[in-house]
Amino acid sequence: MHGPAALQLTPDGRIRHLLTTEGLPKSLIIELLDTAETFLSSQGQPVKKVPLLRGKTVVNLFFENSTRTRTTFDIAAHRLSADVVTLDIRTSSASKGETLFDTLKNLEAMQADLFVVRHSAGGAPFFIADRVTPNIAVINAGDGTHAHPTQALLDLMTIRKHKGDPAQLSVAIIGDLKHSRVARSLIHGLRGMGCPDIRAIGPGTLLPGDLEHLAVRPFHRIEDGLKDVDVVVLLRLQKERMTSALLPSEREFFNLYGMTESRLHLAKDNAIVMHPGPINRGVEIENEVADGPQAVILDQVTNGIAIRMAVMAMTLSAQKNDQS
Amino acid sequence: MREIRSQTETVDALVCLIKQVKKAYSNEQPLVVGIRTGGAWIASRICDQLHWDEPATLDISLYRDDFETSGLKRSGTTDRMPKQLNGEPILLIDDVLFTGRTIRAAINVLFDYGRPGRIDLGILFDRGGRELPIEPNFLGESLGEKGVGRCKLVGPEPLALMIPDSE
Repeated sequence: MHGPAALQLTPDGRIRHLLTTEGLPKSLIIELLDTAETFLSSQGQPVKKVPLLRGKTVVNLFFENSTRTRTTFDIAAHRLSADVVTLDIRTSSASKGETLFDTLKNLEAMQADLFVVRHSAGGAPFFIADRVTPNIAVINAGDGTHAHPTQALLDLMTIRKHKGDPAQLSVAIIGDLKHSRVARSLIHGLRGMGCPDIRAIGPGTLLPGDLEHLAVRPFHRIEDGLKDVDVVVLLRLQKERMTSALLPSEREFFNLYGMTESRLHLAKDNAIVMHPGPINRGVEIENEVADGPQAVILDQVTNGIAIRMAVMAMTLSAQKNDQS
Repeated sequence: MREIRSQTETVDALVCLIKQVKKAYSNEQPLVVGIRTGGAWIASRICDQLHWDEPATLDISLYRDDFETSGLKRSGTTDRMPKQLNGEPILLIDDVLFTGRTIRAAINVLFDYGRPGRIDLGILFDRGGRELPIEPNFLGESLGEKGVGRCKLVGPEPLALMIPDSE
């Protein structure tokens, strides 16, 4: 194996960095999800903290704005008893002219054990993982429009919990797939798990050109694409796209692609509705669906903590054993 | 795998353990907590025999003290515990006692569920080699101070104590 997929695995196939779900073996995905289930049960204790990563230092390197993802990584690290430092790079080194490489070397010198990286440029976490000293793990918390692997894993965990093995399911992803790292990572994750029917629903301007290569079926009419699916994944419509002439208006989007109760009837009776958040009510989803019994959006948030705990514990575990 | 204690001998040790537990808890029923996986089997047998409620189970893999050297060892199981402990007496059960580190971890987990009133320890086989000041209150059989080396309870039905081929 070469390239990104090889960079994130140890020679004996364990996960040392989590950079992408592309090429991640099914056995590893399942191990990550199973580990997250174990952590989920520890989250039901009155004391939610486990001592596993006591003494480890996790550095959140956020080169791009994020409150939600950063918070879940913070909580995950704290619940593993790690020390957490959050660097808002936009207001620190980079603005003083320090290069990414020099920032990294400084953080290494501070004996960090794990970097959680979010960057607006696709590939930045790979650059970092390729250059850090061997005992530091790197987790991609979103890079450009490229990948958001922990989101994909928490989506897979949610799907598996509610609907069972993805290899038996039909999944429809709706909205702006073209600019969505969430969609891209989920598609790779679903493929890795052997999902036989992945559909992309959206206007031509918001669907990527390489869907066929990914074995994803494109649909422009939501009524066609939703038929008999088990899982409906909505994506957040990023407001900034509105200004770039890719879409006429939010109202127009809701009319054509918004998830309403009547459209949800086209999917299977017990289909689940997912959304990575934050949701725009009245744009991607109407209130009745967002607050309805088929929405599992808040369950995704809870699973997100457990997945991030699992990824941190497993990557650091592989780093340790790789040294010996 | 080579056998150290046969099915019959294992049952004898279990009977001996249950006898002590029955005597000690003649007036009250403790919350029985079995450590996954062998301890949980023993806990079930004890509760069955004494007509007590189903035991709780603990998975201590997230509380181990050897992450630094051995990494994550996940058992793939989850706890089955009451939501909150409020001063109840607890009978903690494990299959084989060796260094005492597993019991240390289990006690830590219990305290993350609240405040136990008292914790007693019931063990099926003691193989010696303690590294912590932890001793059982109830013991099925002592395998001697010299110890028998690495061993493993196989089960749940029938139970026997074996030496694993290699790990």
